[in-house]
Amino acid sequence: MTTGVEDLLREHAPQVLGVVARRYGDFAAAEDAVQEALLAAALHWPLDGVPDNPRGWLVRAAVRRMTDQFRSEQARRRREDVAASLEPPPGEVVDRDDTLVLLFLCCHPALTPASAIALTLRAVAGLTTAEIATAFLVPETTMAQRISRAKQRVKASGVPFAMPVGDERAPRLRSVLRVLYLLFNEGYTSSSGHELHRGELSGEAIRLARAVHAVLPDDGEVAGLLALMLLTDARRPARTAADGSLVPLAEQDRTLWDHGLIVEGVALVTSAVSRGMVGEYQLQAAIAAVHDDAAKAEDTDWPEILGLYGLLERMTGNPMVTLNRAVAVAVVHGPEAGLVLLDAVADRLDGHYRLDAVRAHLCEMAGDVEAAVEHYRVAAGRTTSTPERNYLVTQAARLGTP
Amino acid sequence: MPKFMLLMSYSKIEGVEPITSWAPGDIKAHIDFQQALGQELTDRGELVDGQGLAGPDLAKVVVFKGEGAPVVTDGPFPETKEFLAGYWTVDVESQERALEIAAQASAAPGPNGVPIGQPIEVREVMSAPSVEQ
Repeated sequence: MTTGVEDLLREHAPQVLGVVARRYGDFAAAEDAVQEALLAAALHWPLDGVPDNPRGWLVRAAVRRMTDQFRSEQARRRREDVAASLEPPPGEVVDRDDTLVLLFLCCHPALTPASAIALTLRAVAGLTTAEIATAFLVPETTMAQRISRAKQRVKASGVPFAMPVGDERAPRLRSVLRVLYLLFNEGYTSSSGHELHRGELSGEAIRLARAVHAVLPDDGEVAGLLALMLLTDARRPARTAADGSLVPLAEQDRTLWDHGLIVEGVALVTSAVSRGMVGEYQLQAAIAAVHDDAAKAEDTDWPEILGLYGLLERMTGNPMVTLNRAVAVAVVHGPEAGLVLLDAVADRLDGHYRLDAVRAHLCEMAGDVEAAVEHYRVAAGRTTSTPERNYLVTQAARLGTP
Repeated sequence: MPKFMLLMSYSKIEGVEPITSWAPGDIKAHIDFQQALGQELTDRGELVDGQGLAGPDLAKVVVFKGEGAPVVTDGPFPETKEFLAGYWTVDVESQERALEIAAQASAAPGPNGVPIGQPIEVREVMSAPSVEQ
């Protein structure tokens, strides 16, 4: 029952916020009012039953709070003007999907990614501040402050509650996708700490990406990002062993993969790529699809992966992509060729543990055990993820002990 | 209830090799031990926070030097014989209980399951003044 109400509330949250923010043109105040309305509903609905028109109920509750709030400020405002604009709304609620408008606002480039993620989870995904704080392992007061500052920034930037138009739209959509991608990664590989998965965050990212895809079905990069998330998330059940340790892709039990997600992800990326204008997320999704397509690790079509990494490298110029291409080169052309490529990119990745981790792996492939142990050790000393450190330490030990 | 911070430093201990030289099974036993300890403290309602820190390779020291940019020194610091590896903050009935947890943590297994005997520093967290009787 409680879960049912919770799902219902979260489904309606962005629409309700959209209606209220549009009506009053004050996103920050509307967001507070909707959050209070959601909390009131979470309290009352399980006891009193769900109203016939849940969205209308929420809009009315939020508007009442907006009205109360404005009235209390009337003393220092132009009394009549404000009061006139605050007549209770007519009964009907315009049924339009404001999810995308809200995402454009919450993922505004004026915000840092951390603030954008927090604001998105509250305003679009309908999570409470307490839930977001728990997911990010920070005190609730800290998260409340982060969200409040984010809202002030949005307000100060003067962005209207409306779809960005013209030249502005493409870069703004890119920043939405970037925030969703970071949110997904935050959930999939916690960037620090013990928990390898904070699945609820990945789940939120997928839910939001689905919502964007529903509104923009013809956008290749939106489809690519959703496909990338699904194809990556499909491996989640195989990614950790029972004791919580990390299992590398080549050693995963592929029967544990979620084949429903794989089928959906492959279909998405295939249809997106066939439409042309291939972007970064589509290429990453295509690489994930090639991995997921192999029933056994040794069946992987590495030449195909190598080609895709080459395209991605040319498109992004990102040295991390070159690092991944080096692994593919090593498999296709031998570890020495991979190591040559690593040397070429080493300067740009100086000090990053992934460089040492990949070098260790390629040294091991080449039979240079001593160098492999040394690089695994260096990598272990430089990672900030506990499961990853445990993995790297164990690799060094495995090779180092006779 | 008083709060204590239990600080674990990594320092060279006589007769204990660095962890990357242990047998993989011993590493697993050590990791399992640390996870079980964290779980036990959680289950008993005593754990406030517990974190491992990234290695000294990533450490930096920052000093304010008046005008101009602050001086930032990159780790590792060879002159430092030990470095903070992690900590637990616990909320417990008594100092005795904090010492008991520290003893347990210090007994984490090393090569061949032999307890390492890593020193654990126990520091009480400052709190509100005591109620006057």
